[in-house]
Amino acid sequence: MIRVQREDFDLGAELKALTEGNPSIGGVTSFIGLVRDIAAGEKISGMTLEHYPGMTETQLAEIEAEAQRRWPLDAVLIIHRYGPLKPGDQIVLVATASAHRDAAFEACRFLIDWLKTKAPFWKLEETAAGPHWVEAKESDEEAARGWDR
Amino acid sequence: MKLLYFASIRQRIGTAEETIEPPREAATVGALIDWLKTRGPAYAEALKNPKLVRVAVNREYVTADHRIAPGDEIGLFPPVTGG
Repeated sequence: MIRVQREDFDLGAELKALTEGNPSIGGVTSFIGLVRDIAAGEKISGMTLEHYPGMTETQLAEIEAEAQRRWPLDAVLIIHRYGPLKPGDQIVLVATASAHRDAAFEACRFLIDWLKTKAPFWKLEETAAGPHWVEAKESDEEAARGWDR
Repeated sequence: MKLLYFASIRQRIGTAEETIEPPREAATVGALIDWLKTRGPAYAEALKNPKLVRVAVNREYVTADHRIAPGDEIGLFPPVTGG
């Protein structure tokens, strides 16, 4: 399941909804990305996340489908926020549920790695020197390539 | 043809969206970008480094040799930084 939204989310409520009514699920892994207050040595006072409405949902759905092909997953949830955020705010949630932990752990890591290089989101950080666009990291590209087949 | 610009490319070009009719010889994504760069210094600056321009046609990633059609929605943006 994919959700792209301005609003915050509640991990407990989301995981409860994800697993409810499916007792064959034996394990759930979740990852939450937060807004940091320091980036490249600079103090961050806030961040605005821009995205490509329509393409974002398409890309996230393809990433989810790829995870479903690779691992036996009972449920997948990706929530990604956009709009203005403050340090400490939640940005993204990835949760995977499976009969066994290996699939849940691996698929969760795969989803966040692929999402970071494929989902069309851009971060504009606010600093004392003014706003600037975050540059893509080669280490993120490498992490995503690690899942290439 | 609808063009959508995002993030730093949107800011440099100064608009989020425009409808254009590129010349017939701009038949691929790469040729379209080359033509866009002739439309003014803001375009030339925004699109100067091909390594920092990602292209989606009808919301799917494509490479420079992808052929474009009149009804396409073309998104131009820098490498993504979500998550």
